[in-house]
This record gives sequence, C-alpha cells and structure tokens, in this order.
Amino acid sequence: MADSVGRQSDSINHATGKINRLELFKRKELTKEEKQRLRKEKKQHKKNKKDDRGPPEKEKEKEKASVPAPSKPATQSPAHKAAPVPVNASASESPVAAEKPAKSKAELRAERRARQDSERASKQGKKEGGQQSTSSKPKATPNELQPVVKRLPDHVQVDDPVALKKLAKKLERQQVRQINIVMLCLLSDCCPLTDDGFIQVFSEITLHIPVTVIHPSIVRLGLQYSQGIIAGSNARSVALLHAFKQVIQDYSTPPNEELSRDLVNKLSPYISFLSQCRPLSASMGNAIKYIKKEISNIPSQCKEEEAKRILQECIDSYINEKIILASEAISKYAIEKISDGDVILVYGCSSLVNHILCEAFEKQRKFRVIVVDSRPRLEGREALRRLVKKGIRCTYVLISALSYILPEVSKVFLGAHALLANGYVMSRVGTSQIALVAKAYNVPVLVCCETYKFCERVQTDSFVSNELDDPDDLIVTRNGKTHLENWQTFKSLGLLNLVYDVTPPDFVDLVITDLGMIPCTSVPVVLRVKNVDQ
Amino acid sequence: LEDGRKLVEYFRAQIRGDPDVASAVAAIRSLLEFLRRDQSETILGLRENMTQAIRRLEETDSSVAVSSGGELFLRFISLTSLEHPDLSQCKNVMIERGELFLKKISLSRGKVGKLCHTFIKDGAKILTHSSSRVVLKVLENAAADNKRFTVYVTESQPDSAGKRMAQKLRKLNIPVMVVLDAAVGYIMEKVDLVIVGAEGVVESGGVINKIGTYQMAVCSKAHNKPFYVVAESFKFVRLYPLNQQDVPDRFKYTADILKTVKDLNQEHPMIDYTPPSLITLLFTDLGVLTPSAVSDELIKLYL
Repeated sequence: MADSVGRQSDSINHATGKINRLELFKRKELTKEEKQRLRKEKKQHKKNKKDDRGPPEKEKEKEKASVPAPSKPATQSPAHKAAPVPVNASASESPVAAEKPAKSKAELRAERRARQDSERASKQGKKEGGQQSTSSKPKATPNELQPVVKRLPDHVQVDDPVALKKLAKKLERQQVRQINIVMLCLLSDCCPLTDDGFIQVFSEITLHIPVTVIHPSIVRLGLQYSQGIIAGSNARSVALLHAFKQVIQDYSTPPNEELSRDLVNKLSPYISFLSQCRPLSASMGNAIKYIKKEISNIPSQCKEEEAKRILQECIDSYINEKIILASEAISKYAIEKISDGDVILVYGCSSLVNHILCEAFEKQRKFRVIVVDSRPRLEGREALRRLVKKGIRCTYVLISALSYILPEVSKVFLGAHALLANGYVMSRVGTSQIALVAKAYNVPVLVCCETYKFCERVQTDSFVSNELDDPDDLIVTRNGKTHLENWQTFKSLGLLNLVYDVTPPDFVDLVITDLGMIPCTSVPVVLRVKNVDQ
Repeated sequence: LEDGRKLVEYFRAQIRGDPDVASAVAAIRSLLEFLRRDQSETILGLRENMTQAIRRLEETDSSVAVSSGGELFLRFISLTSLEHPDLSQCKNVMIERGELFLKKISLSRGKVGKLCHTFIKDGAKILTHSSSRVVLKVLENAAADNKRFTVYVTESQPDSAGKRMAQKLRKLNIPVMVVLDAAVGYIMEKVDLVIVGAEGVVESGGVINKIGTYQMAVCSKAHNKPFYVVAESFKFVRLYPLNQQDVPDRFKYTADILKTVKDLNQEHPMIDYTPPSLITLLFTDLGVLTPSAVSDELIKLYL
C-alpha cells in the first residue's frame, strides 16, 4: 500500500506539469528494488526501535531528524533510521515488534550499516534527493492535537522542504489530492518563493482541492480563513464549530462502521485541509480536541439520529459555555476594574475587549478609550467603529505614537489569541510592545482571555513558532511611488510579515478569565484544574 | 439587630480578654458563638444570618483579616454535605467543623513561627515594621533557639505602634532600636533581612499591611535585601489590586472614620499594598511560598 501511494504521488506530481513548488529539490530516482529494500530495512529498524523505546520517543526522533538542514549527507543516516512506516502498519506492528529476539538486532544493525555506507558513497553530491525517496510517511493526526507528544507540528517549519514534502504525502494518504487549480489563483497572488527558499508564505504553497472527500462547508470555511474574511480567534472557532455541525448533520455512517470511530477519521482530512488554508489557532485546537472526545464517547448502541442530536447539542453547549457565557463572566470581573475617569488603552480589535467596554459603558461608567492601531492589518479601525457606534469617546493613534500617549493612560486592556503554559501571552503582533512600554510607564496591563484558549504549549520568543502573512501587504504606494515593488529581485532583501508575538508574564499584571482574576503565572494551575475536571 | 449588638459585644470582650489573639481569630470565635445561638429555621436563613454577622463585625473592625477570616470560616463550615433531614443535626455538623477550623487557625501562628525562625542566622540584623504579633512570635522562637540578633523597628505613625513592639521585644531581652519611618532608606544598608507581618494576602501574591510597608519593600529591593512576609493562611483574601488606588476604601480606613467622615480624600489611609514583585518569600502555615504560589493556594482554598 505504501508503495502504491508513493507511485501515485509521483504520477500526480508529474502530471500537473506546473511548478510544483515542493519540487525545489531534485528527486533521486532509485530503482524499484532499492526502494523495496529500503522500505524493508526501515520496517526492521522500526521494530528494533520499538523494543528499546516506546512510540512517543520515536516520533521525537523523527522530528529531530527532519529539523536539521537536509543538505548534509551526514544526516541521511538518522533520517533513514527515523523514517517511519505508515501509521496504520506501525500500529499493527508494535505487538509483533515486542516479540523480536534481541540477537538479530545486532545482525540487522550491522547489515544496515554496511548498506548505508554503500548508499552514502553512491549518493555523494546529491543533496536532498536521497531524503525524498526515503522521506518519512507523514503522521496521521495533526501533532498539536496529540496530548501525549507535545511538540510543534512540523508543518510550521515553512522553509524546510523535507517537512513540506512530508505534509504533501500526508495529505496524499488522506486522499486529498494536490492539484493547482487556476481558479484559485486569486489566493496565489501572495508570496512567490525565492529560489533558495528564504521566505515562503505557508498558506499559499499549493492549495489542495479535494475531489470527493471534503465537505463543501469546510471548503467554504477554508477559503474564508485564507482570505481573511473570518478573522479573530473567537470568530474562527465559532465558524469552525458551526461547519462541523453541518458536517455531522450530513454525515451517514457507512455499513459495518461505528459512528464514534468513523466520524473521527472523517474529520481528520478536513482538519488538515483547514490547517493548509490557515494554520489552526490554539482555540480551534482545543475545540477540535473537545469534539473528538465527545464523538468517541458516544455509546456504541446509540442510534445514528440520536448520536447526531447529542453531538449537535454538545457543540452548542460548548459554544454557549466557553465563549458566550465566558465573555459575560469576564465582563463582570473586568467592569470591577474600570473606575470613573479612567483612560483605557486597547490595541487592535479583540471581540472580548470590545464587549467589555460596551458593557461598562452601558453600566454608566465614565471612561474614554484610546485605540492603538498598526499596519498592515489596521484592525483598530474596526474596533474604533464599534466603540464609536456605542457612543464611547475614543482617540485613535498608530503604534509609533505609543510612548507619546501612554502618560495619559490609566489602564491597558489587551485581548489574547492563546495563553501558553509558562504564562506567556500569545497575541497579535505589537501586543508585547504595548505591554513593554506600559510597564516602563508603570501602567497596569490587563489581559482578558477565556479558559478555552489556554494551551499546553511553551514558547519564550516569537520566532520559534509563528504564522507568516503575505509580505506584499507591507508594500505601500505613496505619491505614485512604490519603493519595494520589485523586492523579490534583490537577493539580500526579505520581507517579514509576522502575525503573532508572545508577551512575557512579567509585563502582564492581571489575567481576567471566566474562572476569575489570576496572575499570569497561574495558568498551569488552571490547566491542571481543568484536566482534573475532565 | 439585637443579635448584632450582642455579637459585637462578645467580639470586643474576646479582644479585651486576650490581647494577644489575632483579630480574625476573635472574630471567628464570635461567629461560632453566634452560630450556636442562632434560631433560624432553614439552612439558607442560617447562611444569610452568618453573612450579616460578618458584615456587622467588619463594621466594627475594618481590617482585611476579619473579612477574609469570616469568609473562609463560612466556606469551611458549609463545604460539607449537609444532607441531614433535621436542621439541628446540620447545625451540629456545622458547629463541629467550626470548632475544628478554630482549633486549626489558633495553631497557625505557632506553625509560622517554627517555619520562619530558621531563616534568622546568628548575628543577623532584622528590620521590621510596626507591631505584628506573628513577627513577635517568630522573633521569640529565634531567641529561644539561642540566636543572637538585633532588631530595628520603625515607629509607624500615626499610632506609634512600633514603640509598643519595641517594648514587647525588650521584655524578651532582644536588643532593639526604634527608628523613624523616614529613616528606612538610611538604615537599609545595615540590615540583613526585613520581616513584616500582613493584614491580608491578596490573589496576586502581594500583601496589604500597615502604611509604610510598600516603602520598605521598595528600599529593600533597591538594596537587594530579602523581604519576608509572615502571615497565617486565614488572611488570604480574594482581592486583586492593580495599584494603591485599587484597594477598596473599606479596608484603607478604620471603621470609625468610615462611619463618621464624609470626604475620605482628606483622611490618611492606614494601609498600603505591596506588589508581589518586591516580596521574596511568604511564610504561612501552609508552608513557605513564593508570591506566585499564593494564587495556587488560593485556588485550592476557594474553589
């Protein structure tokens, strides 16, 4: 099966004839025998590995193997060793692996070493090619949803061709074909690749259009995400959950399958598709985890209609509890902190902060708002529109005027995209700047965040994992002159348009959640309490 | 109303009878007595009466500890399964738990003293602020351990509580010197550590204490001297002040002033808030905590 999938991908890649951007590197042509031999070898090695250590460690090795620069031939052997077989096969192999006698391990290793030496000699001068043919089969489920192995999903390594190829193969296996459709060139007007892969905008590499497999509401959702029509982490999560409701509605259990298992498998390609359109946010990740748990908890004797109804209700109650009621609770706590005569600074457009300010205004608190905005998204204008419509007195500045305006400010209210397990706040780029300057002026910084946005990840800087946006957005035309028009032609120039950044907990004075007001360092306690509840 | 007056009398009698007792402990004793004498017919009525009683006591003594102690007491006694059909049985359960709570907290000062005195080394110079019974206990334990140390106490205006502290320390044969409140910066380079008590410990890990504590904390941070706070666990309160202004008015001034004075801006507050970034460690009967661990403990206590 592995064989056929591999060959299928080859044929599709060649059939498109277009610039498959994943073919930046040359593919080495191994003979059929060599391929089979290598695969057997991999399987053997995998079995031996499973004797020594458990699967999670192996995946970590895979991850480490793919991270170092693929161009070094020296890394080929770890790539060899770590290359996994298809997950379905490996799942059945693990019981078998347990019975492997220890003696043959040494033999096999010696054999393998000899083979590798010979292959290394033959592959001298070829760079990533070797790795492509033996490239790892991708993992079945998105990594960020596996609670056991906590690490960053490999599709985030934008400039790593190996990771991209892995992802392509994974989508392959989930029968999501790789076809460049001309109709969707409206999305490809962003970011071409430079030859050495300096900047790549992830979401526009290729668009995977399903043939029969992806539900139309998910396709629509994916397009809305990548176009930026739906933006903001609450809006995205709610849209995702509504789309899933539609999917569940239209789902029918195939014969000889159980709803609880089959539906989860059906959802996985949708999730991969969506993460291709735009990387999943932490809130969406938590929502998906919740749905999958609910689906697998459906008792097997439940009739299909009944099960669908239960799931619809679960999703509705999730949205209601975690988003709508949570924002009510947060407003209640936040309004206590707003006193008359306050000057409140907000950044960008956070649905939660806007809601809090509108509620406080209705409760007759006297305050005025300063909205800080930044290019290229200029989301502050949306926040400004909403607040002014309510009748709140607002001032609008760009972020470059921040240190001018801060002496007037009494409090800063910030929204968050996610709260990380070490207390760092991940939010729209520019937030950490605001928190830093506010700290310098001794202005209290309050972050408002629902508990469903808390995630188990740990990150200490904004570079290790981030989302890249279209660099062409940074280009501005003034007086008929566009200075950066041909930035791609300059080899030494790159445009970086980051979407998120992380703020350290020392700059944040208070986090308001639906559980109450907590200091930034108590996020892991809340996560622990939540896990105990579940 | 009758009950309210009797309650306040009982409370005052407790404080007069045992001047060494923490005001929160006296309050809880009074609440327990109130519970025994209460005549309500339903559990809900009982709870309401208790809440009223706590309100009444707060009016008498506006310190943070009374408020937090009262709330914790109420939570503790109602946190059991009160599934008995008979009200008097439920009341008995609640009274039992109340007595258990009281016993626990009466021992808390001793526990804190035992924990903290090991941090005082031989030959140490200690700076403390105003008059705190917990700090006194700690220093007592250290002296009993045959350690030699000197203590500097600030005068702590407006009520000169520091002088009372100095007298008590002299009785224990501990060399003590009273300094002006304004001399904290001057004396900081001589001292090795700073130990203060607390009226309340807030959710962020900061403390609310007699006015002048914040100043002392800032000075000790500037000189890199450790700043220790000793407090019993019933002083943990569910407040989260962002700055000095954010502390509610009902804690800042004494009960009499709150009742009589119209314009509070003319009055001088009796307490201030010290943020957690300036505190090194907190010694409580729950153990030695860092300021960020206070929130964990609060979540455990209150949720």
